[in-house]
Amino acid sequence: MRRLALALMLPAIAKAGEMNFPPAQSAIAHEITNLHTLLMWVILVIFLLVFGVMFYAILKHRKSLGHAAKPFHENTTVEILWTVIPALILIAMAWPAARVVIAQKDTRDSEITIKATGYQWFWGYKYLDHGVDFKSRLTTNRNQIEEYKGKGSPKGEHYLLEVDEPLVVPVGKKIRILTTSNDVIHSWAMPAFGVKQDAIPGFIRDTWFKAENTGTFRGQCSELCGKDHGFMPVVVKVVTDKEFQDWVGKKQAEAKAASDDPNKKWTKDELIARGRSVYEGNCFACHKADGKGSGPYPSLVGSKIVLGPIADHLGMVLKGKNAMPAWSALSDTEIAAVVTYERNSFGNTVGDALFPADVKAARK
Amino acid sequence: MTTANDALHAPSHDHAHEEHHVSFVQRWFYATNHKDIGTLYLWFAFSMFITGGIMALCIRAELFQPGLQFWQPDFFNQLTTLHGVIMVFGAIMPAFTGLANWMLPLMIGAPDMAFARMNNWSFWLLPPAAALLMISFFVPGGAAAGGWTLYPPLSIQAGMGMDLAIFAIHLLGLSSIMGSINIVTTVLNIRAPGMTMLKMPLFGWTMLITAYLLIAVAPVLAGAVTMLLTDRHFDTHFFKAVGGGDPVLFQHIFWFFGHPEVYIMALPAFGIVSQIIPTFARKPLFGYVSMVYATCSIAILSFMVWGHHMFAVGMPASTQLFFMFLTMLIAVPTGVKVFNWIATMWQGSMTFETPMLFSIGFVCLFTVGGFSGLILAIAPVDTQMQDTYYVVAHFHYVLVAGALFSLFGATYYWLPKWTGYMYHEGRGQFHFWWSMIWFNVTFFPMHFLGLAGMPRRIPDYNMQFTDFNAMATVGAFCFGLGQIFFLFNVIHTIRGGVGKAPASPWEGANTLEWEVASPAPHHTWETPPSLEIVEKGLKAQGLLGDHHE
Ligand code: HEM
Ligand SMILES: [Cu+2]
Repeated sequence: MRRLALALMLPAIAKAGEMNFPPAQSAIAHEITNLHTLLMWVILVIFLLVFGVMFYAILKHRKSLGHAAKPFHENTTVEILWTVIPALILIAMAWPAARVVIAQKDTRDSEITIKATGYQWFWGYKYLDHGVDFKSRLTTNRNQIEEYKGKGSPKGEHYLLEVDEPLVVPVGKKIRILTTSNDVIHSWAMPAFGVKQDAIPGFIRDTWFKAENTGTFRGQCSELCGKDHGFMPVVVKVVTDKEFQDWVGKKQAEAKAASDDPNKKWTKDELIARGRSVYEGNCFACHKADGKGSGPYPSLVGSKIVLGPIADHLGMVLKGKNAMPAWSALSDTEIAAVVTYERNSFGNTVGDALFPADVKAARK
Repeated sequence: MTTANDALHAPSHDHAHEEHHVSFVQRWFYATNHKDIGTLYLWFAFSMFITGGIMALCIRAELFQPGLQFWQPDFFNQLTTLHGVIMVFGAIMPAFTGLANWMLPLMIGAPDMAFARMNNWSFWLLPPAAALLMISFFVPGGAAAGGWTLYPPLSIQAGMGMDLAIFAIHLLGLSSIMGSINIVTTVLNIRAPGMTMLKMPLFGWTMLITAYLLIAVAPVLAGAVTMLLTDRHFDTHFFKAVGGGDPVLFQHIFWFFGHPEVYIMALPAFGIVSQIIPTFARKPLFGYVSMVYATCSIAILSFMVWGHHMFAVGMPASTQLFFMFLTMLIAVPTGVKVFNWIATMWQGSMTFETPMLFSIGFVCLFTVGGFSGLILAIAPVDTQMQDTYYVVAHFHYVLVAGALFSLFGATYYWLPKWTGYMYHEGRGQFHFWWSMIWFNVTFFPMHFLGLAGMPRRIPDYNMQFTDFNAMATVGAFCFGLGQIFFLFNVIHTIRGGVGKAPASPWEGANTLEWEVASPAPHHTWETPPSLEIVEKGLKAQGLLGDHHE
């Protein structure tokens, strides 16, 4: 008998971890958890009191027991009491909550600032103090996800919560996260740290956390952002300060190696290949992967600008016009590459090429 | 029954004869009679409930286990969006308007709604709106997929399904405004002699306040979606950051409409259970006046708390505190209502027919929804919950166990009056218990999913969320099945049920609708009820004599 009871209980106990917030990993998350626990106790007591009275009435004051109705229907004293007492309880709950709000909103004195940009559908991170910059994409294989008609391969433990490059931060440092977006509203959420902040195009918002332990923590985009909304996890790897310094060093070296050598001589094909990745990193959100655009964003296929003089095409990319932003923040090589790519893709066959030196000249 | 009642039946027989001459088309398509229009509204709402319900089951089927088994993610988003839009605007709101149409004139002793032809108009705007929504599934790009909240810039990116949804919302909004004007005018102007405002049945009060809320906020929504439309097609930049617009502005406007909207779906429910509980407790409603004040304060507060839907957009601490405190404050009048209902039951002589069961179920589950609402009001805790399944659990506790259960209760309560027959009590009770159990199996686990961090509006999830999702899906399918049984119950009653219903089948019922025959004749109260009948009812409701205003 006891065995059976235990066997029945075990899954419930194992489940207990899934029935509350993920274990708190920051002071704010602890405070939120405590606040929630406190509220639950208050609610439980009120619930038992109020429903105790109701179920007593339901059990005892029934017609089938011969209970006659007492037609009272007013009592000023109790009506005042049950307005004032709940109000007092609410004030008692609001007080500790207000303290947490104020602490949560205080993003001053942060030690590291990272910009998190939402894209459809992945996150981009930029370490503003270290010049490190990368994108963080879901690595779960589509074969695992799509099971139509009984197909699909086995799922790993971190199914849908795994990325190629997690955000890496040092433990015990106040990290300020700036959020913004490249297209629609996303939301950067990390329950273990008690953080959820919308990433809004055209605006920059901020939030912060200070991780208490090393380890890998997982969250997900929390604002409906289109078809792959369910597939843009947030993964944060918290490491020691030393490991963080090593990691930053390595990333900086990689960035240097990957950056374009200004003296490199580019061929047209190299420019097209490079241009493709620039396009996919920046332009496709509006003009779409096939260049056909959508809504107010014009198609590049057969476009007057793309097929016209290369200088006008370059001018459009450098200076922008109406809804088209100026892309002058891209490097000379990137601009040269993307212009060359656009003129020779999507069915466009202008055949010419733009070189980094031309862009450099045009900037002056 | 009383002699007054017999006097009333006599003229109505003539009308019954007249009815035989109108054709089906004339009676239903040109309907101007509040009862016919009420019936149309109720059937329309029920068919939308089934449509939205099928969509919910499609969503739940996909979420039964991790992985994508049935739908592409984009279609999944279309399902959630239209499920929400259809349930809110197609099922719950028209059902309440239908009830108001059927019952308000009867309850306040009016011959019909104030503007009978406009009433026809306001109903017939609904089917085209529903058609637009359904057609949108088949246009290029599919139906709107940005959630029922339609946040830009996502909704600006969408295909023409979004335009159809916007037009549908325009029509639905127009319909609600016209329906509301009718309710306000009827309630304010054509009550029976002797029935002052503070002697009107509480259902009248809650419908009146709801109507005011709708007149205030439906234009706000219309404005917001019109701005979306021009952003989409005429290069305005209200919400487009690329042109200097503000995507958050939409959220402010939307929720300035949207928060009162959730009370538009709750206040009429309060009114309904305030009619049903006294009837089956055989006691007057406790604290009538404080019920009215509580309803008004909830309505007023509902305009000041929209920001609690936006705690994650990033507002200053002071703004967050402002919205947090005001939101918490709503718990006070809501608590007063719950206490009053319980005090009404206290020392009563209770019986538990189906309407009462649904009303008690309502009180219990709406309170659970209220508690989770209070938790969500606490801004820092909301950081963990916003846009997770906790919110989905919360609003289904107030919308399904709240609005929908009250509608079921109302249906069983007034079905004898509508059809002239009694429903089968055992089947009614079965419907209640079945719904009650599976409702909780469906939605209670969602609290845990939300706490553990499962975002809403996702078609697929990590394995840690599997068990509770599977449970919710089983619950949802069983719950859905139960509603077919409800339909069966209603049709059975229409076709004779378990026998003829008397004018007043409920021992404790004292409002005016029980003074007319069952089924209610096509025309009632063509001459207003006499002061004598009105005062008899008021006395029994505790609204006359020892009652101070
Ligand atoms: C009767 C059974 C019902 C079931 C099983 C059900 C189930 C669901 C599910 C699974 C979702 C999607 C949650 C998400 O991914 O965010 C949802 C969303 C929603 N439901 Fe229901 N629902 C039911 C009834 C109702 C009713 C009666 C209403 C009344 C108004 C309603 C209103 C909504 C709304 C407004 C949404 C949000 C849609 C959105 O995310 O844009 N539901 N429901
Ligand atoms: Cu996203």
